[in-house]
Amino acid sequence: MWDYSEKVQDHFFNPRNAGAAAGANAVGDVGSLSCGDALRLTLKVNPETEVIEAAGFQTFGCGSAVASSSALTEMIKGMTVDQALKISNQDIADYLDGLPPEKMHCSVMGREALQAAVANFRGVEWKDDHEEGALICKCFAVDAVLIEETIRANNLSSVQEVTFYTKAGGGCSACFEGIENILNKVLAERAETEAAAPPPPPEPVKPAKAPLTNLQRMRRIEHTLEAIRPQLQADRGDIELVEVDFDKKIAFVNLSGACSGCQMAAATLGGVQQRVMEDLGEFIRVLPATEMGKF
Amino acid sequence: MSEGIYLDNNATTMVSPEVVQAMLPYFTEQFGNPSSIHQFGNKVGLAIKAARKQVQKLLGAEHDSEIVFTSCGTESDSTAILSALKAQPERKEIITTVVEHPAILTLCENLEKDGYTVHYLKVDGKGRLDLDEYAKLLTDNVAIVSAMWANNESGTYFPVVEMAAMANAAGIMFHTDAVQAVGKIPMSLKDTKIDMLSVSGHKLHAPKGIGVLYLRRGTRFRPLLRGGHQERGRRAGTENAASIVALGKAAEMALEHMEHENICVRAMRDRLKEGLLAAIPNCFVTGDPDNCLPNTLNIAFEYIEGEAILLMLNKQGIAASSGSACTSGSLEPSHVMRAMGIPYTAAHGTIRFSLSRYNNMPEIEKVIVAVPPIIAQLRKLSPYWDAANNVPVEEPEKAFAPAYA
Repeated sequence: MWDYSEKVQDHFFNPRNAGAAAGANAVGDVGSLSCGDALRLTLKVNPETEVIEAAGFQTFGCGSAVASSSALTEMIKGMTVDQALKISNQDIADYLDGLPPEKMHCSVMGREALQAAVANFRGVEWKDDHEEGALICKCFAVDAVLIEETIRANNLSSVQEVTFYTKAGGGCSACFEGIENILNKVLAERAETEAAAPPPPPEPVKPAKAPLTNLQRMRRIEHTLEAIRPQLQADRGDIELVEVDFDKKIAFVNLSGACSGCQMAAATLGGVQQRVMEDLGEFIRVLPATEMGKF
Repeated sequence: MSEGIYLDNNATTMVSPEVVQAMLPYFTEQFGNPSSIHQFGNKVGLAIKAARKQVQKLLGAEHDSEIVFTSCGTESDSTAILSALKAQPERKEIITTVVEHPAILTLCENLEKDGYTVHYLKVDGKGRLDLDEYAKLLTDNVAIVSAMWANNESGTYFPVVEMAAMANAAGIMFHTDAVQAVGKIPMSLKDTKIDMLSVSGHKLHAPKGIGVLYLRRGTRFRPLLRGGHQERGRRAGTENAASIVALGKAAEMALEHMEHENICVRAMRDRLKEGLLAAIPNCFVTGDPDNCLPNTLNIAFEYIEGEAILLMLNKQGIAASSGSACTSGSLEPSHVMRAMGIPYTAAHGTIRFSLSRYNNMPEIEKVIVAVPPIIAQLRKLSPYWDAANNVPVEEPEKAFAPAYA
């Protein structure tokens, strides 16, 4: 049996706003074919103020799908459409005191239904842009499609890199075999395309690089952090560079938003450190700025 | 939940009180290692010998040495298939079916990565095999056929006795995963051509952690675990004496209750089926109801989802299971239901009720009363259901066609 929070159980056994909203003028139908969950969200939006006056849901789905739908309707009532659109799937999960990782897609479905309903209200077409795959990492709810796309997009070649980029495998590590299988598949394809392509011309011998100045190093680190930020921001966190101590080879950073206090902060910093080292071409530690006085 | 109604016996069964009593001494005074020569070990050795006889009798095996105790059904399955491959390295193909238990399917998928070819026999809408298709695949390249005796979800039988004879005629080993069938229906393996058969103790009121591989005398065999001389060197590792004794007792009791299982349990199952089908619109029995286990009933409730049904049943103390995606944690609905071509609006709403001799008719009547309101309540939430008229919406697939991820 799932470890559902009391709030999830409450919203499942006593769903709020079940059925179509009376006088609705917006409807969003979304679903996940592989998972079999589907949701119809109906909204009554005041055309003048764009305030959501009523919301109703109909759900074909499991306990957490019903609970996520019910929670969503409660959350958005009284909000303006723009306010409602700011609700993330994590907000829905938080409202329910959390969902099991296998069930996070239920909250995603809620957010998508909202987007679809708002699009319907505004008379524009909404297209779902994410694809869902089999769940690989149960600790952080990372699915196969995301892992494969990330491997391709970033040319990854090791399980460790996959963990740094997606968090998959960063917890109990039981999914390493699953990650390796995806890696092997992509690497095999990559080898084929490389074999098909003409051999690359021999690389010109590079002149020995002059060591970077401290200013150049600092800029590189900043550049790397800028590249990482969108990923963190997607999880509602952020990172900024505070100080670099080149003698001790430490970069101090501030983690903010959802990253601060996150149990995974250490793993996140580990991943950041790896990227910084790769870009910089030398060893450097990345530590939270709170550690600054200790060195 | 002693107050509850347990209808999930294909998942696991209660250990019979008599079985618990039989095994308890082997944790305390009878703690010896059966391999030891002294009196402490000797009595345990004799108890294991007796248990082997009891299992032999239940299976109708010719010799008691054909019974190899293992740790579970999955170990028996893996041992059987890997043994056949290792003993016949020139044969690189396996025949199995699309509806096998993951103990077989996941192993086969993994073997494909190692270069073996696996033929998966398809099933029709009632879960039945096409034996002509099977016959065509029986070639000299095939190391082993593995087909389940009865399906764990639908209860549907495969004609394993006939299939084993066909394989034997073609000189091919035959294994059957019979964990759901053993103890529920009579068998006489000595009159069949089945070479290997898997048993799981906890499906027949013995504890978890004990299984059997039936290994016909003369079948070429390579052990999975090598080490000591236990089980005549065919499964090394110190015997799980208490559980072996327990399985022996459970086998004896299963044989005693065979008639009860096939008359009384079947009658309860049939009453449940009639009661639910009569009270609930838009539901149907999956599998082949005329050719299935006496204790199993699998019903698809259309337009609602299984986990939601189970949660509501659980609230009333009724335990069953579902083929829906969400109960397993995978995103896929049951591979058995999909293989039978059940549409996903129904596959996700399949509920399996599996009974045992510890159920009684008043419990069944309670379930017949409890289920219909749950189905009605969930359908009120369903976008495929017209709550006002209590019927599915017209052309449900068209009326609600969500944007799919």
